[in-house]
Amino acid sequence: MLEQTGKGIKRYFKDNLGILIALIGMVVFLYIWPKTHATFLTPNNIFNVLRQSASNLMLACGMTMVIILGGIDLSVGSIIAMSGVFAAGAVVWHGMPEIVGLLLGILSGLLFGLFNGFMISMTKIPPFIVTLASMNIAKGIAQVYSGGKPIRCMTDAWKFLGAGYVGPIPTPVVTMFIVFVVSVLFLNRTRIGRHIYAVGGNETAARFSGISISKVKFVVFAFSGLMAGLAGVTIASRLYSGTCTSGDGAEMDAIAAVVVGGTSMAGGSGRLGGTLIGVLIIGILNNGLNLMGINSNWQYIVKGVVILAAVYIDFIRNNKKAA
Amino acid sequence: MSEYLLEMKGISKSFPGVKALQNVNYQLKAGEIHALLGENGAGKSTLIKVLGGIYHPEEGSIFIDGNEVSINGVNDARDNGISIIHQELVLVPRMTVAENIFLGREPKGAFGVDKIKMTADAQKMLDNFNVGVDADMEIADLTIAKQQMVEIVKAISFNCRILVMDEPTSSIAEKEVNALFDIMRDLTSRGVGIIYISHKMSEIFEVCDRVTVLRDGTYVDTCEVAQTNRDHLVSLMVGRELDKYYVRDHVASKDVVLKCTHINDGKKLHSRVKDVSFELHRGEILGFSGLVGAGRSETMQCIFGLTKGSKGEIELEGKKVNIRNAVDAMKLGIAMVPEDRKLEGLYHVQSVRFNSTIEVLHEFINHFYVNLGREIEITQEYIDKMHTKTPSQEQTVTNLSGGNQQKVMIGRWMATHPKVLILDEPTRGVDVGAKAEIYEIMNELTKQGVSIIMISSELPEIINMSDRVYVMYEGNVTGCIDQKDISQESIMHLATLETTGGTTNA
Repeated sequence: MLEQTGKGIKRYFKDNLGILIALIGMVVFLYIWPKTHATFLTPNNIFNVLRQSASNLMLACGMTMVIILGGIDLSVGSIIAMSGVFAAGAVVWHGMPEIVGLLLGILSGLLFGLFNGFMISMTKIPPFIVTLASMNIAKGIAQVYSGGKPIRCMTDAWKFLGAGYVGPIPTPVVTMFIVFVVSVLFLNRTRIGRHIYAVGGNETAARFSGISISKVKFVVFAFSGLMAGLAGVTIASRLYSGTCTSGDGAEMDAIAAVVVGGTSMAGGSGRLGGTLIGVLIIGILNNGLNLMGINSNWQYIVKGVVILAAVYIDFIRNNKKAA
Repeated sequence: MSEYLLEMKGISKSFPGVKALQNVNYQLKAGEIHALLGENGAGKSTLIKVLGGIYHPEEGSIFIDGNEVSINGVNDARDNGISIIHQELVLVPRMTVAENIFLGREPKGAFGVDKIKMTADAQKMLDNFNVGVDADMEIADLTIAKQQMVEIVKAISFNCRILVMDEPTSSIAEKEVNALFDIMRDLTSRGVGIIYISHKMSEIFEVCDRVTVLRDGTYVDTCEVAQTNRDHLVSLMVGRELDKYYVRDHVASKDVVLKCTHINDGKKLHSRVKDVSFELHRGEILGFSGLVGAGRSETMQCIFGLTKGSKGEIELEGKKVNIRNAVDAMKLGIAMVPEDRKLEGLYHVQSVRFNSTIEVLHEFINHFYVNLGREIEITQEYIDKMHTKTPSQEQTVTNLSGGNQQKVMIGRWMATHPKVLILDEPTRGVDVGAKAEIYEIMNELTKQGVSIIMISSELPEIINMSDRVYVMYEGNVTGCIDQKDISQESIMHLATLETTGGTTNA
């Protein structure tokens, strides 16, 4: 057993060598660079990076499974907005306890995920189209419900989930850790996890294998929705308000993290371990560019180039391996 | 003027870690059909890709009509009169035959393409070869064989003089094969040289003039077909004498394991399974023969629970069973290795291990606990039983040869410990050595009491391996032949029999 674990760790490093080097390179660079040397590797900043990456990791865990399945989920950004305003609205406007409001927010995300899953598994409409539609619907619901304005909520109980601490560790970092472990167990240690790889790898073969394709799709998209709900209330808590713009572009960061992490858009292969590194790369990139004082407009360009470079390096490596 | 239309001399090509071709020679005369024979991985496709300008050889030269040519790309090949018809057809399915033939060089009229002229020209070409296809039909509505003929006509329209055909008969029925051969002979009478790649010995003896054998990327020999025989060719390919090719020494019992009555796929339109009844005995190999499209695979899919709305009664070991989906079928001890392993079987990007154990996950995954040791054990058990050649269990399954992929597939289903094993085209795209091994395994399984249903379009396989044969025609069983009466004639008679006594045509 111990030997197997050792092999697993070795393989992890080998499989993710390219992006690990990129990650370490970024850390070294930011540590050496005069402008960021003093601030980057302080515990404060490290927790800051992790706190900001937490919601992306939650989304990316769901997204990894969706992409392994050969699909895509564009609706997660809008679900963040919707679950955030629902949670805040329930507390501020309806006087519900904070915990109930937050749970309602998460539940709304799950419901949307179930809706996506139902449509995709029952109607055979491609996931891109279904989630493109539900992206608009969720965003619309968030705007109608909130009237387009942030719903502010400042109580300590509200702030705990996104801005609080468990001991010395920020709460979202703890949540993120739990979500990651649960996702890994689910994807790698259950039969349905294997079935996700099978359906994504070859749907026709999965049918001949007797795998219930609609069940697998349903579960995966529901999980992605649940993760988006959780990320939504975490962000709403961190920002002290439910805002209908809070999840803008979040789906793209999640997809970027998954792809940088080595999951193939063609489906059938990919690992959450890679996704974790992808999330950290994107998190450190955002943080580093801020610390370096780079104009936020330029940040988009840098981010785009880094994503392309990371994926391209991996692409070359894999092609070499295959030949 | 050289004696040869095409001459390839001393061709060598290597890939990282493999010498795909070493000093290979090949000569083609005008007007001959020259077979290229070899097991999978022998270098046939690599040689063809060199000829087609897809690969560039490190050494060697190519002569056409005695003049050295350099083929650096697909266009060079075409300009030199070389056309390759690949196993996977590259016609556009939702365009007409004429549009496909003239794709990229449509005759221009006053308003864009002159469709009338195009269709008329295409029809002329088709009639020239008696293809029997209308130029304005859509490709998708043609049979695979007809599509192949359209490909040939298209190739000829490029003034092709060297035609390469890569396993053209792998997915077409016997009757159509003959029509294809007629066209090939017609071509050679016009001076075209044909390079013919096939695994089917019978075809080589029927249609080819000479045969060149490759083994492990090296040139072995070239023989006149008239002066050689099957055993000699096989020994050249395999590099040793295969003492027994078809192994069959089991004794089937008379107990009925599986009895299916009035199986119907329940489809009102395009029904492929109309009324199929049959019995399977314990420990026998039951052949299912018939033309492609006779509904054999579809029948098995109904039994395996893959066709929603299918009707009919199934009795397993005397008990009536209800199979609603594939999981039900597996629980009852029925397993099915599908026909097209690329499309219906393999998880290409995954490892041999993943592919071997996907049906038996419950044996080692339980409540977030994966017993990796057990998974490795199961995988190894079937690698050993099937003699699968793979460098490791982690090897990506796509990197194995066709024969070894097929062994992984059969092993995957064996792991479910079936009582009834349905094998749909078990040796398609599998080389000779692996074929013999698969036959041996089938024989071994029947001795252990497994009952096998084998669907096959290869008559020699049906004739030599089956205890009994059911023959189907257009969704109906037209008859059952006992072992002593199995022959090519008896099967073909039933395979083309229009109606049957006693069965109702829905």
